[in-house]
Amino acid sequence: MEKFIRQEGLVAPLDRANVDTDQIIPKQFLKSIKRTGFGPNLFDEWRYLDEGFPGQDSSQRPKNEDFVLNQSRYQGASILLTRRNFGCGSSREHAPWALMDFGFKAIIAPSFADIFYNNCFKNGLLPIVLSEDNVEALFRAVEGKEGFRITVDLEQQQVIPESGEPLSFEIDEFRKHCLLNGLDEIGLTLNEADTIRAYEARRAEREPWIFQ
Amino acid sequence: MAGKTLYDKLWDAHLVTEREDGSALIYIDRQIIHEVTSPQAFEGLRLAGRKPWRTGASVATIDHNVPTTPFKSAAEIVDDTSRIQVQTLQDNTKEFGITEFGIGDVRQGIVHVMAPEQGAVLPGMTVVCGDSHTSTNGALACLAHGIGTSEVEHVLATQTLVAKKMKNMRVAVEGDLGPGVTAKDVVLHIIGVIGTAGGTGYAIEFAGSAIRGLSLEGRMTICNMAIEAGARAGMVAVDQTTIDYVEGRPFAPKGEDWDKAVDYWRTLVSDADAEFDAEVNIDAADIRPQVSWGTSPEMVVPVDGMLPDPQAESDEVKRSGMQRAYEYMGLKPGVPVTDIQVDRVFIGSCTNSRIEDLRAAAEVAKGRKKADSVKQVLVVPGSGLVKQQAEKEGLDKVFIEAGFEWREPGCSMCLAMNPDRLEAGEHCASTSNRNFEGRQGNGGRTHLVSPAMAAAAAVAGHFVDIRELDRA
Ligand code: SF4
Repeated sequence: MEKFIRQEGLVAPLDRANVDTDQIIPKQFLKSIKRTGFGPNLFDEWRYLDEGFPGQDSSQRPKNEDFVLNQSRYQGASILLTRRNFGCGSSREHAPWALMDFGFKAIIAPSFADIFYNNCFKNGLLPIVLSEDNVEALFRAVEGKEGFRITVDLEQQQVIPESGEPLSFEIDEFRKHCLLNGLDEIGLTLNEADTIRAYEARRAEREPWIFQ
Repeated sequence: MAGKTLYDKLWDAHLVTEREDGSALIYIDRQIIHEVTSPQAFEGLRLAGRKPWRTGASVATIDHNVPTTPFKSAAEIVDDTSRIQVQTLQDNTKEFGITEFGIGDVRQGIVHVMAPEQGAVLPGMTVVCGDSHTSTNGALACLAHGIGTSEVEHVLATQTLVAKKMKNMRVAVEGDLGPGVTAKDVVLHIIGVIGTAGGTGYAIEFAGSAIRGLSLEGRMTICNMAIEAGARAGMVAVDQTTIDYVEGRPFAPKGEDWDKAVDYWRTLVSDADAEFDAEVNIDAADIRPQVSWGTSPEMVVPVDGMLPDPQAESDEVKRSGMQRAYEYMGLKPGVPVTDIQVDRVFIGSCTNSRIEDLRAAAEVAKGRKKADSVKQVLVVPGSGLVKQQAEKEGLDKVFIEAGFEWREPGCSMCLAMNPDRLEAGEHCASTSNRNFEGRQGNGGRTHLVSPAMAAAAAVAGHFVDIRELDRA
């Protein structure tokens, strides 16, 4: 996994609550057996006027010019600003894969759905929870100034807008550690293989049917 | 010291080790695998040269992509990408030595229908699957939740999951359910009350006399939609209904082990003095048959109600969500629910495709006919075994005589990854669990209801109050 230390970038505002993973990456694209290549179909139903299908050349499709990611001022954005309960719905990890493949490195919202939140960390995408008020203020700042940029400093746990006060955010220590160092979680867990085996032996004593 | 909740007990029993930062490693007893969220996990194992930790812990089947018209081999699946996924799962399970209930196996079916039916899910287990509706299995008093593909790989390689303990919520439904009110109506009502993010960060225990009065299948319907209330895991404590359900299933313990297991399982209830971080109390008498009208499962109303007015909503974010939903659904506030016309009907999905769901739908369909205005009524059993049982009871004939279509098991129009789908603008009475934009087909409009309500809508051509079916 790639390390995440600091990220400075353009912010794209997606002013909707409860954006679900069906919206982030519609199901017809889940049929791929790869982890990459989902970017052109991120928010497919909102980005394009026609119905997308896998394997198509999306650059030739009619675009919905009103949709925020199609507006010229947000091209190249690497930070997504959005509303509460982002990523609800299905557990598909294709959602963070699509966001990353598109170029997003961090997402800021007042809250995230649990599974999506989890999945982000496994892929080096940083979900940041800020208060509703702070998110609202950022929306106004982004809309108010073309090219508005933000720096996310994971070490300091801060979102630093180009103007205004830095905003602190909370993050689980273990997840922070893994992101900062780009660690492979499976490798870390396998360091504890003996502990797992000892646990299994205790369980097998008490609940032998689990291991049959 | 306060007693423990059911969730506390399950957590403690599976704790392998706690790390200094508060995260923990929990042991996973059972992993269920399907074709959509597993290919990248197996690929990861291969790339790292890793083997599954314990192959016996996993069971696989195909469901999301499979056609619901008969087919005998992967080669017969027309859609290229679907065929590749089905084939890839076959290859992967073979390579890694994992049991798969594949094409033509009567045990094949929707992951969350197949696993409990086989007894592959037992009380007291931790159960994961790369699918958010894994919460269904919590009906058997286990800790069951969905995970992402990286976690599927992690569980395959280590039989553990890095987790953080959730908070405890209890949703108690007390009293008797009225006529025509099913488990589906109960859970839709609960989501209407607590909202789609109401359970975020919690494990929900569903309790109270109305829940205890439900069959195990009904409890699965409730736990299935815990995720629509924001909670990764839902569960119901062990009682005699749980034990009777498990007894004799293929993967269930036998003989001496059975007795030992039952003794242990009986302890899987929340202690009387356990404390919950949040409690919600619902009076069963308040619950009426439900219909969702919008694009989020919390947008539900009783069938005898009117579509709500966004202007009456004080929360600005919610209000604009409602307005957007009205636009997408092509509906207007103030309209009676029973005025909504239905173009297609879908009876199936891991929420409502078990035998008692099909019985409830058949009871309504019996001796009646699909309305001419309804283009299609799909009945899709949850597994090959459910299908077999239904046919034994003659339910297939009832459906066919009513003009419904009787299909092969799979997820089907629940998410429309196979050829079963809505056309843009069509309204569907669906027994599934998600009414998101485009879920059942691009531009399709989903209304979530119980199996009986879906069958009634099929017959009438619009929603009807199941309690007044004969007058509609
Ligand atoms: S039936 Fe629907 S909700 Fe259930 S597992 Fe299949 S796609 Fe998911």
